[in-house]
Amino acid sequence: MLPVIQAKNLSIEYRIGKRWLNVIQDVSLHIDPVQIHGLVGESGSGKSTLGMGLMRYLANNAWISQGEILFDTYDLVKLSAAEMSKIHGRHIGFVPQNPLDSLNPSLTIGNQMAEMTQLHLGLSHKDALKRACEALETTNIPEPDAVIRRYPHQLSGGMQQRVMIAMALSTRPRLLILDEPTTALDVTTQAVILDLVRELMKEEQAAALYVSHDLGTIAQLCDVVTVLYSGEVMESAPVKTLFKKPLHPYTIGLLASLPSAAAGQNQSRLSTIAGVAPSLSERPSGCAFAPRCPVAIAKCHTDKPPLEKTTDNHFLRCWRWQDIASGDLIPKNPPIGKREETSPQPGYVLTAQHIHKTFSENSLLDRLMGKTARPVQALADVSIKINQRSTLGLVGESGSGKTTLARAIVGLDTADSGDLELLDMPVNLDLDKRGKEILRNLRLIFQNPNDALNPYRTVRETIGRTITLLAQETLSPINIENRIIALLESVGLTAAYADRYPQQLSGGEKQRVAIARAFSAKPALIIADEPTSSLDVSVQAVILNLLKDLRAENGASYLFISHDLEVIRYLADWIVVMYLGEIVEQGTNEQVSQAPMHPYTEALLSAVPMPDPTIKPGTIRLTGDIPGPRNKPTGCPFHTRCPRYLGDICRDERPPLREDEHGHVIRCHIPLEDLKQLQS
Amino acid sequence: MIRYLVRRVLLLLITLLVTSMIVFALTQFLPGDIARLILGRDASPEAIETFRQEFGLNESLPMQYVNWLGGFLTGNWGKSFAEGNPSVRPLVLDRLGNSLILAGFTLLISVPIAILLGVMAALRENTWLDSLISLLSLSVVGLPEFVTGIVLINIFALGLGWFEATSLIQDDYNIGDWLRILTLPAITASFVLIGYITRLTRAGMIDELKKPYVQTAILKGLPFCQVIFKHVLRNALLPTITVIAISIGWLMGGIVVIENVFNFPGMGSLLVKAVEQKNLPILQAVVVLIVFIFAAANLIADLIYAALNPRIRLN
Repeated sequence: MLPVIQAKNLSIEYRIGKRWLNVIQDVSLHIDPVQIHGLVGESGSGKSTLGMGLMRYLANNAWISQGEILFDTYDLVKLSAAEMSKIHGRHIGFVPQNPLDSLNPSLTIGNQMAEMTQLHLGLSHKDALKRACEALETTNIPEPDAVIRRYPHQLSGGMQQRVMIAMALSTRPRLLILDEPTTALDVTTQAVILDLVRELMKEEQAAALYVSHDLGTIAQLCDVVTVLYSGEVMESAPVKTLFKKPLHPYTIGLLASLPSAAAGQNQSRLSTIAGVAPSLSERPSGCAFAPRCPVAIAKCHTDKPPLEKTTDNHFLRCWRWQDIASGDLIPKNPPIGKREETSPQPGYVLTAQHIHKTFSENSLLDRLMGKTARPVQALADVSIKINQRSTLGLVGESGSGKTTLARAIVGLDTADSGDLELLDMPVNLDLDKRGKEILRNLRLIFQNPNDALNPYRTVRETIGRTITLLAQETLSPINIENRIIALLESVGLTAAYADRYPQQLSGGEKQRVAIARAFSAKPALIIADEPTSSLDVSVQAVILNLLKDLRAENGASYLFISHDLEVIRYLADWIVVMYLGEIVEQGTNEQVSQAPMHPYTEALLSAVPMPDPTIKPGTIRLTGDIPGPRNKPTGCPFHTRCPRYLGDICRDERPPLREDEHGHVIRCHIPLEDLKQLQS
Repeated sequence: MIRYLVRRVLLLLITLLVTSMIVFALTQFLPGDIARLILGRDASPEAIETFRQEFGLNESLPMQYVNWLGGFLTGNWGKSFAEGNPSVRPLVLDRLGNSLILAGFTLLISVPIAILLGVMAALRENTWLDSLISLLSLSVVGLPEFVTGIVLINIFALGLGWFEATSLIQDDYNIGDWLRILTLPAITASFVLIGYITRLTRAGMIDELKKPYVQTAILKGLPFCQVIFKHVLRNALLPTITVIAISIGWLMGGIVVIENVFNFPGMGSLLVKAVEQKNLPILQAVVVLIVFIFAAANLIADLIYAALNPRIRLN
């Protein structure tokens, strides 16, 4: 059977300044009909460049320096731009990462979908709109004929991505290229979109290239997986082989650094990959991975290994794969058990009782005219307690109020009412009225380290400033300097980093600096809002280990917010699940992640794609999207999407808090015994 | 949308009312007695008293304002302080007409050229064409209007004789006559506008071209023209629309220098003359009209903006 598309010895170069840098080096891959081919790699691996390059869509400063792309009867490398545009959209469809930005904000959905089929299939505008409706119907969008009259911003993220998929498939292309199509979506929406892609590809008998950094979605969706590192194919194999018997040290390291891998083996620390990916201008002369490889030998550093075929469908670029395959060699960084584990201590670092927060958006003119917009309830009666030396994991979809709760506790948003206590000291809800002692003990780590550090301050200035501002006594410059160095070392950086500016640091290094800054005041509680979600998995593993170490060392506690349930499962002692500004379930890590009771938690866990193709994906899917806070449903806020909806009672009455004998709390109308039964 | 429109029109009326009050108040701060200033040092007390009577200057300030506002709304804009005390309305409306024609003609020349140049520069970002367009548009902005005006007069009016050097407008002029008068001042004003609008269009296009929806459009296989004109340009022009609206205000009252160079009877020169002569009835009428046109242009720009931008229209 002929492959749908085949790249042979493809190289893509970028011009940076006056130099040409190889971004994609000698890559060969093919995609067979009706096959979903996964392309996985960390940031900088060139996976997007390769995905887009297969469609001959390259940045202005990039060009294909070598190789061919065989598609149909053409070599795409040789086609003109005009000839390519007859293939784009017609034979090769594209689904991008960020559906909102990828749709034109000022044209209706119908208009944007129709222009495809008008152009490629010669349909009239009317027929094209009809076709758009039909295409939308296949993606299970409710009311397609209403959707085509809407504008992109009127649709939710999940709907937008369905539009993109329907649009790409409306011309019945032979190949679909999906570039991180679910990265911007919530895990529950992601699960629905993945189901849809799987189903539609089968229906359309089309092939697909699925580009992603997420090993979980790759494992659940793809038939064949290619692992890219530093612009080269390191390993390519059928999905089961790759996840069950990976042979390349990089693949092995990547899989081992996943939080779920640690959880699976009851490991307290994550394996990591040493070092950082080489920059494109400083590629090693031998194997690109050799400097970070735990089993590299002299040859690896000098000679580049070829891409070898081990079995029919398994390709490898490694000098030592035979040893690994035979089991003689285990290329794994053993998790370094640097420090002892901590367990939660009695007594609370923080108690937050009955926190309420509403946002009202009244413009000046509205107020002058005496109108008040309905306030938006962001937090409704939220109470949490965090034990000494413990980690509370906070999960929920976007819009669930996780970040608002964090901001209310830190004081960035002032809560409307409620009681806060930190180390038995009462905490004023208003940040301006908090004493230094409170500020010192309550620190924050942000999601995006790029925005959290002042670009005009060196690392020394950034950390030094916090030390000086929050110090309990006046410190001499030498003391401050010593403290800065000690902090940098505690987060795995050297003293040399003190003089650098943020732009001279990698994403992981920036986050370490942000962590060092948070610890600089020896706080009792650190609130970390998605601190690893903008980082690669191998970097995430390092940061998560670091957070664990620092907790043991400093005796601090964490309030850790994440949309990634695997991370929460790995790190948290106590898990709190939020939905639309309310807590729906809380309990110990084991209780919530092993035996969730609330239907929402159940659905969240079911939606997580496990990085193991032999684990069947969960089947509980939530219908519809999370309602906007403005349209918060009555009764139980989850009743509009609940798979276990009972009837009127869920719609009309706020469910009671139910607590079992082990302190596992949920808010649901269904009795605990019934829920436990349903789960088993 | 209708509620939005009503709200905006209401806001416009409030703006006008407040401006008229400010203008009225400011004129009261002119030093000395207006009647004496106008009639001169040697005027007899009787003449001054008559003048004060005639123009209602003896009333209390709020009363004067109410009278003036009532007159203005009913079409009685009062009489000029100048020799012979001609009626203000025909004089000002005449000038307003001239200025509107000049402004319209200027926009007709400058906007299409500027947008075209801006699009070209953006599509060839960082090439020689982009640099050339940037250089030209920046250098013409920098040239003082009286320099460009005089150079243009010397070449095209005095030298080649294609156009008029001064603007004597007569009632029986046809389009050809108008073009002979309008072209040079319009080009002079266009030089300034083209510079700004080109830069803005270029920036808008470059911003938009980086957005992922352009990639989507290209990867749908759409022809290049369709990508640029259907998808990118309408989004790129959104900020430009506001600037065009502001420039209408500028063309109405701010091009005194150009009007002077060409002896063009527009609002700007009338305004300057009214200030010089302390001719309060004309000053007030002109300022209120300029503010009105400025605000109306902004309103229209906002409406076009909303029409082109569903994110505003539908929220």
